[in-house]
Amino acid sequence: MNVDTGLTAMKADPHFLWLGAGVGGVLVVASIIGAVLAATVTTEKGKGTVANLNARTRAWWIMVLVFGGALMGGRMTVVVLFGLLSWLGLREFLTLTPTRRGDHRALFWAFFVITPAQYYFVGVEWYGMFSIFVPVWAFLFLPVRAAMAGDCDHFLERASKTQWGLMACVYCLSYAPALLSLPIAGYEGHNAKLLVFLVAITQMSDVLQYVWGKSIGRHKVAPKVSPGKTWEGLIGGVLTASALGASLWWATPFKPWQAGLIALAITIAGFFGGLVMSAIKRDRGVKDYGVLIEGHGGVMDRMDSLVFAAPVFFHIVRFWWT
Amino acid sequence: MLSKYLIIGLVRTLTGVRARWREGAEPSLAQRIYFANHTSNLDAVVIWASLPTELRRKTRPVAAHDYWTKGIVRPYLAKHVFNVVLIERKNVTVKNNPLTPMLAALDAGSSLIIFPEGGRMAGGGLGEFKSGIHHLATKRPGVELVPVWIDNVNRVLPKGEFLPVPMLGSVTIGAPMTLLAEETKDGFLTRARTALAELGGIES
Repeated sequence: MNVDTGLTAMKADPHFLWLGAGVGGVLVVASIIGAVLAATVTTEKGKGTVANLNARTRAWWIMVLVFGGALMGGRMTVVVLFGLLSWLGLREFLTLTPTRRGDHRALFWAFFVITPAQYYFVGVEWYGMFSIFVPVWAFLFLPVRAAMAGDCDHFLERASKTQWGLMACVYCLSYAPALLSLPIAGYEGHNAKLLVFLVAITQMSDVLQYVWGKSIGRHKVAPKVSPGKTWEGLIGGVLTASALGASLWWATPFKPWQAGLIALAITIAGFFGGLVMSAIKRDRGVKDYGVLIEGHGGVMDRMDSLVFAAPVFFHIVRFWWT
Repeated sequence: MLSKYLIIGLVRTLTGVRARWREGAEPSLAQRIYFANHTSNLDAVVIWASLPTELRRKTRPVAAHDYWTKGIVRPYLAKHVFNVVLIERKNVTVKNNPLTPMLAALDAGSSLIIFPEGGRMAGGGLGEFKSGIHHLATKRPGVELVPVWIDNVNRVLPKGEFLPVPMLGSVTIGAPMTLLAEETKDGFLTRARTALAELGGIES
């Protein structure tokens, strides 16, 4: 596909202005609410919640600026940004996962060869390769490297953990920048809006689930895995995020009802992603994957829903729209 | 100068490490001996890189002469980047007593990073302390001794490996201690070792 991406394309398309204004508006409102709450809440517990809320909002500003900046830089900048996020995510994931001396060389390959290669294939728009590289080639190669090191203890567990980390943090996440390469008839040069749609819906779904859960949440969905998640939060968040998706149809190649249904699929996949990644954290006895993003935790704490939603969204669009 | 920041950047990229100061421990320009558990060749570099700039400037890792004088890269790094205090590990005689260069560095006003177990431990445990730390505490009683627990850095560069992989590690710094009046050598070594083990949350 040889179409302008980045700032040139964005300037020519007023939709970006509206999307940008929408995101900026939400953040301004969130910052104002945060400031008002900080000035009015008096209980100790309330103060803690508000401080965390404001830290999250500040981090949101930074994340939105970084993501927006990458979009302006064009497709390659977006690929590089997601490549870095995958790398940092894999670092968090494998830190939590006990590996042994015999895995060292395999891990070196995972970080310095397989991750860059996956994003290289996304970068050169080689669908036939990037869509099978980790599930086929890395899957076959990495255990061989670990076996050659000669340590057979817990071999299957160790091989599975490395593969799982690569699948979640690298392979699944790389579907997000790959959206920019989908050839959709009549939508050429507009693909960046698909990525904005995906990221906005997954992230807003997380935020809305949190807001609904904090306000009316009573019944826990999976108290052992994720004590913060409630049915009220889940249903309220999923429905409002899907409605938001439907209302953004004008920026996508979808009709409003299609945009709503796809947003529903994205939010449910995102919820599952959060649940599964939480189960891994509980198994390892930690609350967060890291400390990189103030108020949110690590990169994987923020990306968990996107990891599951990106491939689902990509294949829905690829199957029915290309 | 440039290579210094490159190394610090590289270490932070690989380990994400930032010094965590425990309650009672604060960054201070007072002269100190940081003593740490030892599991990886990167340990000294990681502690050094995680210190605030002002403190890092006056802090020198103490390391084995035989390791840091091999090849071309290591001697360059030892001299121009980390300003390592090189000590003899293998042929200890009266002439090359490992304490002499450490005391000289302390007298020149530097702080030191030492590994009182005397070598890298396999597994996550903490070995017995050698007596060197006690000699330093006796001979320079004005210097604060600060326990430092390093976690997970051995997975970045395990013993015998050459290429590092990224793994999040941590450096936890505890409250300073000094030799008490009339404390025995064994009493002091046990107390220092217990302080470090507590910092790491392991049985001493």
